[in-house]
Amino acid sequence: MASIVLRNVDKIYAGGVKAVNSINLEIKDGEFMVLVGPSGCGKSTALRMIAGLEDISGGEIIIGDRVVNHLPPKDRDIAMVFQNYALYPHMTVEENLAFGLKLRKMPKAEISKRVNEAAKMLGLEQYLKRKPAALSGGQRQRVAMGRAIVREPQAFLMDEPLSNLDAKLRVSMRASLNTLHERLGVTTVYVTHDQVEAMTLGDRVCVLRDGLLQQVDTPQNLFDNPVNLFVAGFMGSPSMNFVNAELVRGDGGASVAFAGFNLPVPQETFTEKPGLDQYIGKKLILGIRPSDFDDAVIANGHAGGWARLPVRAEVTEELGSEINVLFLIDAPPVQHQDTVAAADAGDDEEAALPLVGDKSLWTARVNSRSHVRPGQNIELVVDTHNLHFFDPTSGLAVGHPANARV
Amino acid sequence: MTTSTIAGAPRRGVLSRVTDRIGGGVIQALMVLIGVFWLVPTLGLFVVSIREEAANNSTGWWTAFTKPAEFTLKSYGDLLATGFTSSFWNTVAITVPATILVIGIAAMAAYAFAWMDFPGRDPLFLVVVGLLVVPIQIALIPIAKLYGALGIFGSIAGVVLFHVAFGLPFAIFLLRNFFVGIPASLLEAARMDGASEWRIFSTVVFPLAKPAIASLGIFQFLWVWNDLLVALVFADSDNQPMTKALQSQMRQFGTNIDILAPGAFLSLIIPLVLFFAFQRYFVQGMMAGSVK
Repeated sequence: MASIVLRNVDKIYAGGVKAVNSINLEIKDGEFMVLVGPSGCGKSTALRMIAGLEDISGGEIIIGDRVVNHLPPKDRDIAMVFQNYALYPHMTVEENLAFGLKLRKMPKAEISKRVNEAAKMLGLEQYLKRKPAALSGGQRQRVAMGRAIVREPQAFLMDEPLSNLDAKLRVSMRASLNTLHERLGVTTVYVTHDQVEAMTLGDRVCVLRDGLLQQVDTPQNLFDNPVNLFVAGFMGSPSMNFVNAELVRGDGGASVAFAGFNLPVPQETFTEKPGLDQYIGKKLILGIRPSDFDDAVIANGHAGGWARLPVRAEVTEELGSEINVLFLIDAPPVQHQDTVAAADAGDDEEAALPLVGDKSLWTARVNSRSHVRPGQNIELVVDTHNLHFFDPTSGLAVGHPANARV
Repeated sequence: MTTSTIAGAPRRGVLSRVTDRIGGGVIQALMVLIGVFWLVPTLGLFVVSIREEAANNSTGWWTAFTKPAEFTLKSYGDLLATGFTSSFWNTVAITVPATILVIGIAAMAAYAFAWMDFPGRDPLFLVVVGLLVVPIQIALIPIAKLYGALGIFGSIAGVVLFHVAFGLPFAIFLLRNFFVGIPASLLEAARMDGASEWRIFSTVVFPLAKPAIASLGIFQFLWVWNDLLVALVFADSDNQPMTKALQSQMRQFGTNIDILAPGAFLSLIIPLVLFFAFQRYFVQGMMAGSVK
């Protein structure tokens, strides 16, 4: 096991396209690091550079205490799991698992010991004599994992390993990946475009966009304290609601005004987010997570101090345990490049609804006991302690420690 | 305006509807008939080769079935007396190396063209493909001169080299197009597993390309086995293959059928055996590259 350090790593393709732009990333020994971002953000390129399958154009990559910039993949002592599994179709499962060990001239007894251990761990024992063509998708995926495990490498690299599985299998494989990592404790770099996978698997998550590193943090921190509009919009599903708003301070304390609503901003927020007071009387972008809403009727008990927001439900998505309420607010959609980029990357369920004039569509996640129907009026409450504020020009989160230095 | 209603089974091809109407049995019978018809010349050749010379000269081979007494292996004996065995071994000595060399060299070249990065790779490949259209006839005289200078004119090595040179463009073209169809991640996985370029070629790509290699092998084998032109030009009488030996048995005024028939039939058997042995791969290989 080893740590992996990327220092000012660049990747410039022929033609001058910068796929990866001066990335600095330190992956600790035994850590599960997820690289996430929309397609074309450079996450796979970054992974392939760590693997040695792509040259790096600048900077250095350090695995353990070795600079591996020009080492071929086989000398880096890392194993990779590919999106399409890349099993050798003419070899049995057993031969697939043993191939890498045989090439390393490992004694036969040791090979069969490791292969059997891995097969047992992954529940593949009865399939050892089969060829990949005779396996189901989930079994092939496990063989691909097994091929990495038997090598006992310094680090695992995984390139969207679950994306070819059906939804249910993906959830169970996600869980077994988690247990596997806890058991083996091997440094893992995992690439995905699925933010749910990123949130559930990662010790830390690294969000990339257009080859630029946006934020590296624990999943919860990414969700609670996104560093900019892009991260805020990309992480979380349904994604964060944005609106152009104005921060004002009146007699009853500060409040944020948008689309005819006026939400009070608690005094603590100003201490939590240093620099926010400089925006008083100015425009900024307000962000509210759908999960910070609730139905006023249901939430009456615990919503002390929460602001109320009467709206008309346009569409409701009932998910069983909760309902997504889509409603229009009387303000134009935020056209910051970061929110647009994040929306493009996310699942475009909202895009299907024709927007009327200069209204924007928001989503609130309310308790399923609300029983709200499309077309009904509903009074929502907002947890004003979890409001997010972004600078309208730079798109950076106001008061985020990473932005304070700048 | 007319309105149409949709009813009945979905529309299918004309052929499949025709088959349904007359029934699969009739079609199959027709296929068998065509197959038999195609086999008649081969059968005739075989019958001629086992009849007495006199019988062949007086009646057609199809009358032989009523008089089985005419059958004899004497023609085969006569054939062997002409020294045909040595020309058979010459054919083998030309065909086997010419086939193996083409497969070996072409597979390595195709791997490089498909998977290795080197300057000028694509233009070079275009040149190789361009060589496909060069007819061998234009090379006969220059190569004959070259062989003369090298001192291999008339030898088996010269014939083999000529076949290899003119077999390679097609072989490289075929295999390269098969190789690029192999998913890149498979090679990358092998690279991560610690395989060298040679290892990837020999343990991953080559086994996967078996169908393509088998069909290429059959093609090349048949071309060389049946070749007459190259042998006529480059092989002297000590090194002549069967085709040239049979050709030299032709007379200006007479067929000499008792020697030609058994010789031609013997030269047929080996390719037939080979084809049936690899027939499964051959069909697969024909599909390879056409549909990915």
